[in-house]
Amino acid sequence: MYDWLFGPFIEFEFMRRALAGTVALALGAGPIGVFLMLRRMSLVGDAMAHAILPGAAIGFLVSGLSLFAMTAGGLIAGCVVALLTGIVARNTELKEDAALATFYLLSLALGVTIVSMKGTNIDLLHVLFGSVLALDDQTLLLIAANATITLVVLALIYRPLVIECVDPGFLRSVSGAGAPAHLAFLALVVINLVSGFHALGTLLAVGIMMLPAAIGRFWARDITLMVVISAVTGTFSGYVGLLISYHAGVPSGPAIILVAGVLYILSLLFGHVGGLVRQMLPQRHLEA
Amino acid sequence: MTAALRFNNLTLGYDRHPAVHHLDGAIDTGALMAVVGPNGAGKSTLFKGIVGMIKPLAGRIERGGGLAARDIAYLPQAAEIDRSFPINVFDMVSMGLWHHTGLFGGVDRKGRHRVEEAIAAVGMTGFEDRAIGTLSGGQMQRMLFARLLLQDARVIVLDEPFNAVDAKTSADLFDLVRRWHGEKRTVLTALHDIDFVRANFPETLLLAREPVAWGNTAVVLTPENLLMARRMCEAFDEHAAECVVPTAAA
Repeated sequence: MYDWLFGPFIEFEFMRRALAGTVALALGAGPIGVFLMLRRMSLVGDAMAHAILPGAAIGFLVSGLSLFAMTAGGLIAGCVVALLTGIVARNTELKEDAALATFYLLSLALGVTIVSMKGTNIDLLHVLFGSVLALDDQTLLLIAANATITLVVLALIYRPLVIECVDPGFLRSVSGAGAPAHLAFLALVVINLVSGFHALGTLLAVGIMMLPAAIGRFWARDITLMVVISAVTGTFSGYVGLLISYHAGVPSGPAIILVAGVLYILSLLFGHVGGLVRQMLPQRHLEA
Repeated sequence: MTAALRFNNLTLGYDRHPAVHHLDGAIDTGALMAVVGPNGAGKSTLFKGIVGMIKPLAGRIERGGGLAARDIAYLPQAAEIDRSFPINVFDMVSMGLWHHTGLFGGVDRKGRHRVEEAIAAVGMTGFEDRAIGTLSGGQMQRMLFARLLLQDARVIVLDEPFNAVDAKTSADLFDLVRRWHGEKRTVLTALHDIDFVRANFPETLLLAREPVAWGNTAVVLTPENLLMARRMCEAFDEHAAECVVPTAAA
C-alpha cells in the first residue's frame, strides 16, 4: 500500500517533478476558478485557453518545444483575441460571448493546423494535452512563479475583488480600486492558463481551474472556505491522478481532470450546500 | 451656516438630454432634505451627480466646508447586489469600514464591535452568519442601513430607501435618519410619500426635471406646485433644439 501510494514519487524524478508542478498549478488555479465562477465567467477561461493556441503553435513552429517562445506566443495570441473580441462586441451586433466564441474557435483551428504543418502527431498531442510527465526545470520554475504571483496578488486584491463581485456600485462609491483589481485578476487568469497549458495542454488547462471551484460551491457558503476547498481538491486530484496514470498507464493530464470530475460528481450528489441527494431526501422543515 | 453642497446652473442628463435642468441653490450642512417629484423627474440623476457617478452636462456641483468625495455615502435605489454571492451579513456590513481598513487592513476587535453595534442598531442581531441570499427585501434594506451607519459619512444620500418596505421597517430605518440629523449630518432622501415628507422633513426640493420649488416643506408642497410637477413631460424630445439659456434665475 505504502509502495502504491508513494513508490512512484520516491523512485522516479519525473513523477516528483510532475507532482510539484501539479501542486503549484492547483494552488493558484483553484482560487482563480472560484472568482471566475462567481463572476459567471466560467466559460471565458475555457475560451481563452483555446485562444492562446495559435500563438503557442507559432512559437513552436519557430523554435520547437521552447518554453519561452511558446509562452510569449500564447500570451500575445490571448491578448489579440481579447482585444478583437472587445472591438467586435463594441462595434457590431454580435455580443461579447458570440464574438469570443468565433475567435477562439478560429484560434483553435489555426493552432492545430500550424502544429500539424511542422510537427508530428506526438507534438500535437503534447500541445493539446500538455506534458506534465516531462516538465523541465524552466517550465517547473514558470509554473511555480506563476502560482506564487497568483497567491500574492490575489491576497492583495482580495477585498476589492470580493466587493466588486457582490456589490460593484458600493465599491465605486467608496473607492476607485475596482477597475485595477479586475484587470489584475484578468492578468492572473491568463498566467494561470499559460501554466495549465504547459502541464495539461490547451484542452484541459481550465479543468484544474473550474472543477475544483465548482466542487467548492457544493461544500461552502462562504467564499474564503470555497477558495481553500478548491485549492485542496485541485491538489488532491493532481496527486491521485498522477498515481492512477502511473499504475494504470493512462495519460496523466486527463487522469488528473477525471479524478477532479469524480470528486465533482460526488459533490454534486452529496454536497452539503444544495447537493442533489440532499435536496431529494425528505427533510422536515424547522419550526422557525 | 455653511453649505455642504452648492449647485451652480447644474444640468445633468444622458446623451445630451437633460434629466435635471438648470438647478441652482445650496444645501446647508446638517440639512434634512427630501427630494420629491414624479417618476423621471431626475431625483436619481441628481443623486448620481452628487456622488460623482455621472458628470454634469453643464454647470457645477461644489462641495463646501472641506467636504471630500469620500465623505458622501450613497444608497442607490436599486443596488446592483449579487444576492447569490456567498457572503454573510456580518461581512457585508463590515464593508462599511472601508475608509478604516482600506484595501489591506484587517477588521480589529474594535471594528468587529462596531459592526455588531451597527447590526444591532437596525434590529438584525442574530442574522450575522446568514447568507445575504436568504434575506427578505426589508432585511436587506436594514442590512444596507447598517453598512451606511458604519460609513460614518458627513453627507448621506438615500434614493427611495423606503420603497417596498413595510411600515415597521421604514419607521425603524427613519429613526436612524433622524439620529443622523441629530448628529448634524446632512441627509438627502428621495421619497414618494408626500404626507410622510410633510410630517418629517423640514426642507424639500420639488423636482420635475426643472426645479419647481425648493425650501421650507410647507411652502414647497402646495397643491399648485405638485400639479405643476405632475404636468412636466417625462419623455425626451428626440428633436429638441440645443438649450441656449446661459443661466436660469436662481
